[in-house]
Amino acid sequence: MKKGAIWTAARPNDPLGKTAYVNARLLDPATGLDAPGGLLTDGEDIADFGPDLFKAGVPSGVEVVDCQGLCLAPGLVDMRVQIREPGEEHKGTIQSAGQSATAGGVTSMVCLPNTKPIIADTSVVEFVARRARLLGLAKIYPYAALTKNLEGREITELGILAEAGAVAFTDGERAIADAQVMRRALIYARNFGLTIVQHPEEPSLSKGGGMNAGEMSARLGLGGVPAMAEVIMIERDVRLVEMTGGRLHFAHISTAMAVEAIAKAKARGLKITCDTAPPYFALNETSVGEYRTFAKLSPPLRSEEDRKAIVEGLKDGTIDAIASDHAPHDEDSKRLPFMQAAAGGVGLETLLPVALDLYHNGHMSLLEVLAKITHVPADLMGLRAGRLEKGARADLILFDPDYAWQVIADDLISKAKNSPFDGRPVQGIAFRTVIDGRTVFRREAE
Amino acid sequence: MTDRSPRAPDFPHRHLLGIEGLSPLEIKALLDTSERFVEHNRKMDKKLDTLHGRTIVNLFFENSTRTLTSFELAGKRLGADVINMAVETSSVKKGETLIDTAMTLNAMQPDVLIVRHDQSGAVKLLSEKVDCAVINAGDGQHEHPTQAILDALTIRRRKGKLEGLRIALCGDVAHSRVARSNMHLLVTMGAEVRVVAPLTLLPAGIDNFGVEAFTDMKKGLEGCDIVMMLRLQLERMEGNFFPSVREYFHFYGLDYDKLSVAKPDALIMHPGPTNRGVEIDSLVADDFSRSVIREQVEMGVAVRMACLEILSHNLHAEERLRNL
Repeated sequence: MKKGAIWTAARPNDPLGKTAYVNARLLDPATGLDAPGGLLTDGEDIADFGPDLFKAGVPSGVEVVDCQGLCLAPGLVDMRVQIREPGEEHKGTIQSAGQSATAGGVTSMVCLPNTKPIIADTSVVEFVARRARLLGLAKIYPYAALTKNLEGREITELGILAEAGAVAFTDGERAIADAQVMRRALIYARNFGLTIVQHPEEPSLSKGGGMNAGEMSARLGLGGVPAMAEVIMIERDVRLVEMTGGRLHFAHISTAMAVEAIAKAKARGLKITCDTAPPYFALNETSVGEYRTFAKLSPPLRSEEDRKAIVEGLKDGTIDAIASDHAPHDEDSKRLPFMQAAAGGVGLETLLPVALDLYHNGHMSLLEVLAKITHVPADLMGLRAGRLEKGARADLILFDPDYAWQVIADDLISKAKNSPFDGRPVQGIAFRTVIDGRTVFRREAE
Repeated sequence: MTDRSPRAPDFPHRHLLGIEGLSPLEIKALLDTSERFVEHNRKMDKKLDTLHGRTIVNLFFENSTRTLTSFELAGKRLGADVINMAVETSSVKKGETLIDTAMTLNAMQPDVLIVRHDQSGAVKLLSEKVDCAVINAGDGQHEHPTQAILDALTIRRRKGKLEGLRIALCGDVAHSRVARSNMHLLVTMGAEVRVVAPLTLLPAGIDNFGVEAFTDMKKGLEGCDIVMMLRLQLERMEGNFFPSVREYFHFYGLDYDKLSVAKPDALIMHPGPTNRGVEIDSLVADDFSRSVIREQVEMGVAVRMACLEILSHNLHAEERLRNL
């Protein structure tokens, strides 16, 4: 939503003083804190916080932000974002993603390696991190490619890339199809304690598919991606994790069978985690309607039964985290016959409000929802973020969980407008986003 | 002719197929005998007649320069007739061809067959089909016993013992026959053996070999008396065990930084040929105060002479029994 959005030019070299956030509802999902109180930042860090912090008044010389009873929480951590820079700047840039993220309350994001060039050597890892740092908007941590050229055949220099700053390894939107490659990758990654992220989809089954396989795809005459394509890959990988002792994370789970398979694997004590994205618990295949390409995603939107199972998986903890799965595309990539259109939707600005649906619909508490988009994904990616913690960097959001608004794709801040949630009435919005103690985004109340 | 008593009681075997299963006393016998030949080989007149009249065939199904030369010299210095046969392997009909070759050679009455083959277990198979003594000069990813003995001899001469030494075997443990033979020998002789490799290059079940496995090279080399590097068997790697030579060297190549955690007088060994800049830094490989790589080659000839002498000795005892 563009209205009232103001970005403060980031000036990382300016000395920062102290800022007191008063009259806030403090929320910290990691510790279960939900209480009225205040928070003090000193320079780039959180100095102190708590219900009684400013009982005796705010000390002089401290800038005061009156939160007016809004929620003050850790900035959101989005573990799956495509940025498109370098290489496809017409679809999205680091600046565009940074603005979209901060407007959505996201202060840290982990970006997929499918840029041009691919994030598979230290220079690209460092380029992305440096560009994000200079912009001073949301922090960007890169995934690096798991295999050379994302071809699924030979593993990349995992050890050297991890030393350069890659937080985990994945081939992004492509599954590692070859079992031997996945086996060796899991063993080799274990060597350095690294996490592998899999796009769980058996490519030989999803080939030629544009949407969920079922009655709708049959009526529309579109090729289908069977739900089985997801669970077959998951069950194979579970066995490989069992064999190797590796650490594997499944991205954007979309089916009931996948939830069941992962719950079983977790019960057996395997080092397996997973996330889902808002479309998979908030929408189903009917969103495709009459060939709406904005609803073409990968994995595809599934059946209503699958959607319900994803909600249950989030509630019972089988699904650890929620990621936006932000995938910007230009109009030319979406204004095409359905099968030829690109898959994916933007999501940074709708992550918070659509996740909050789970709270408003009574499925989960506010803190439980926030956990899935703050400290849990941060822990999965090994980031020190997503918590209110003394001495930690002050990455914060001030948000109103009840503020009602409507998603209008054209009003999104993101350069690309391809949102599957276009037209959806939602609740919840960020009014202020603070990164390293600096307010980088503010939204003027109307 | 030297004394030909019945089969040497300290090494009562017809063949030398591997180290696994040998007792500490048997290994000691091989080392002690080898020791005698070290001094002998430094003399100007190296020719002996111990094996006069014996025929030795070097049957190499796999390329080799140093091992073949070493065995050839050993045989010739002991006065035997030595012929070298390089056999092209046909990957399809290996089993059949191997036995046919063995039967043909056997008909020519050789006394010792020295065999190298790219298939694990091939030398054992061949030894069951012939009447002579067989020495395994390396079979696939299984064993290379004379290499382990020459490594042990090099260590024993430098450190005075094997027992209690902390020895690290580093690199491609999974594909290395040298590593397997060395693990068996050094563990049997009471050394504290460590293996250092990325998990993809450690064989399954390594914990049952009596060694301790490390994936962090600096932790593995800590306090070591001996750092034994293994050749990266690039030709034996089907697919993807590590991403690049650069990354391999970064984490597992032996350089002065990683070596700094070993004992100050730690020795560096390598079975050769070395991949410089892959598993070992050139400066380290050439460091005369630390590297005993050339000494290993010298010990190789002595060890092979000892093995030939002992096995011929046993063969003679058998022949005498047969003629009674």
